[in-house]
Amino acid sequence: MSLTMPAPDPQLALGLDHPLRVLDLDGSRLPSDVLDPHLTDVDETALTNLYVDMVRVRRLDTEAFALTRQGHLVLWPPLLGQEAAQVGPARALRQSDWVFGSYREHGFALLKGVDLAEFARVWKAYAHGGWDPHEITMAPAQIIIGAQSLHATGFAMASKMDESDDVALACFGDGATSEGDVNEALVWASAFQAPVVFLCQNNQYAISEPVRVQSGTPLALRPTGFGIPSMRVDGNDVLAMHAAARIAFERARSGGGPTFIEAVTYRRGPHTTTDDPKRYRDEAEVEAWTAKDPIERVERALAAMGANMDAVREEARIRADELAKELRHAAEHAEPPTVDSIFDHVYAQPTKRLERQRAEHRAFTASIEGNR
Amino acid sequence: MTETLTLAKAVNAALADSLEGDDRVLLMGEDIGQLGGVFRVTDGLQARFGTQRVIDAPLAESAIIGTAIGMGYRGFRVVAEIQFDGFIYPAFDQIVAQVAKLRYRSKGRASVPLTIRVPYGGAIGSVEHHSESPEAYFAHTAGLRVVTASTPQEAYSTLRAAIASDDPVLFFEPKGKYYMKGEVDRTVVRDLETASIVAQGRDVTIAAYGPTVETAMRAAIAAADEGIEVEVIDLRAISPLDVDTVVDSVRRTGRLVVAHEAPGEGSVSSELITSVVERAFSSLEAAPARVTGYDTPYPPSAVEHDYLPSLDRLLDAVDRTLGRRSSRDGLVLEGAR
Ligand SMILES: Cc1ncc(C[n+]2csc(CCOP(=O)(O)OP(=O)(O)O)c2C)c(N)n1
Ligand SMILES: [Mg+2]
Repeated sequence: MSLTMPAPDPQLALGLDHPLRVLDLDGSRLPSDVLDPHLTDVDETALTNLYVDMVRVRRLDTEAFALTRQGHLVLWPPLLGQEAAQVGPARALRQSDWVFGSYREHGFALLKGVDLAEFARVWKAYAHGGWDPHEITMAPAQIIIGAQSLHATGFAMASKMDESDDVALACFGDGATSEGDVNEALVWASAFQAPVVFLCQNNQYAISEPVRVQSGTPLALRPTGFGIPSMRVDGNDVLAMHAAARIAFERARSGGGPTFIEAVTYRRGPHTTTDDPKRYRDEAEVEAWTAKDPIERVERALAAMGANMDAVREEARIRADELAKELRHAAEHAEPPTVDSIFDHVYAQPTKRLERQRAEHRAFTASIEGNR
Repeated sequence: MTETLTLAKAVNAALADSLEGDDRVLLMGEDIGQLGGVFRVTDGLQARFGTQRVIDAPLAESAIIGTAIGMGYRGFRVVAEIQFDGFIYPAFDQIVAQVAKLRYRSKGRASVPLTIRVPYGGAIGSVEHHSESPEAYFAHTAGLRVVTASTPQEAYSTLRAAIASDDPVLFFEPKGKYYMKGEVDRTVVRDLETASIVAQGRDVTIAAYGPTVETAMRAAIAAADEGIEVEVIDLRAISPLDVDTVVDSVRRTGRLVVAHEAPGEGSVSSELITSVVERAFSSLEAAPARVTGYDTPYPPSAVEHDYLPSLDRLLDAVDRTLGRRSSRDGLVLEGAR
């Protein structure tokens, strides 16, 4: 056995100097040796579809934010600014591929086909889970930072054991890269060459902590130490994100193992509706990132391609309005959970102990009502 | 001299006074610096004591506790914050297998005076993992002290004692009471193992801790309207438990109700009632009762008030121990034992 290990391949991490990008801020198309071969079929229609998706995702987000402010939802973690980082990869997935995300993955949930009525219930504190994981092939939203990265890795290992070419996508934030779970997931994915893609949306903050608290190197450099190829991508460029995800999924499907994608982006809103970002960052920084808006960039690109922008915008607006209306209706008319439901779904079969507690609580409730 | 403080501000004052009084004290936690913590409990401390003593930790709970242990070897007294109850589990090994056992494994030659602050408990209308009461996991582990507070004064005095203690201490802060106001005397320092009798009465003893003490006090007032005298004990310490104070009280009242937010199975009430039955069986005039969270995961907060010990559930339990009419009269539990 050789005592020397191969030196890490510098090509293992792409985009360290400049994040990979194919759409410039002004919407012009930049050449990319890495990404272009994976975008040959993306024509005006395909880009229009990505645009409409992003507008819908943004509308879902802003409507939910407003619903929270109006008291119809209790909490909302906004994704404003991160639309491209989610829509690009989401549209590179097959329906049988699974997503294991955090709590900010509303774009993935929407494009995976979540039922908005169920989705709204979570952020109304009516339910813990907002969809059927098996139906939309997306694990429940994860609040415990990083935990889902191991689930994605295990899913991918199982997919490989089953000789399936389904892949798993693990989504987490920049802060999550500090958790043991995420680092252990990288070890396992590498050791088992699992068909898993790690998508780190580096939105520059973990609540109040800037990414430099977590890392002294670009996050995309980290996975190379685990032997995992990685790409640092402009997370506000939907085409670059789409192409990078295609590369990663294709590699996973064809037995090439895991890939790490760092989407360099920015959380323009607060961490959640209870956060006050003025305490830890300057408005100027937010404005600088607003100028890199992922949606406006695609509008410019479509216009440059000669698209009828009035028609495109109108279509996007109509579809976004429909979505907002549906969400508002869901949030305003959600049926509250019954008290009895506290005792449901704890085990596969009801236990005697819990059935006794259910009966005691029913009797207690009845006695209170009787006294009124 | 006293001042009126919220419970959150009382914690802040205890941290500030500990930092001021001992330059080996330092704070570590997620978002505790510039932001001042998600509840603003550490507000202003980084500005006052610097980034070397009030440290914004990378997002890794196991590392917060693990590195605090390493610092403890060099004589630092770290006060670590776990942002919410439900986020303590990644640090479980460092707490229960590492810091808890250090003194024992080194035959007393090494130990770490770590304090772990944990905002805990429910009734804040939040989402999953933000309202839990995990204290029993830690009470079960030898070598850890586990304490709570029910008022601003208690929060101040108990946290000062926790930081000064040479044992590792988990300090569970009732986050639902962060805005509770009270008089605080900053010269009062409490110990970490005695319960307090906070209302005296001859008929029934209610033992509670943390956020549930206030509910117990309200129960005592409501019961007094019906001529029932309730003695309320604020347990303060969950581990080790001050069984003596409760046994003494039960010898006088003959009746015991124990209340907490955590699920009942394998809980502080399981331990306390067992100890009282062992030691004061002949004084008991009725089966002890408990009012706890149910043995389910913490439910969606839309229904949390049915899950949590409420005033009415406490009064119902008091009635039960007195043999008065209660909700369980005539309750038929088919197949349920
Ligand atoms: C284990 C754990 N620790 C702490 C928290 C509290 N918390 C919620 S979100 C968050 C920051 C996460 O930052 P990042 O991974 O960058 O994701 P982002 O919120 O920016 O999308 C923290 C510390 C948590 N949910 N889980
Ligand atoms: Mg982040």
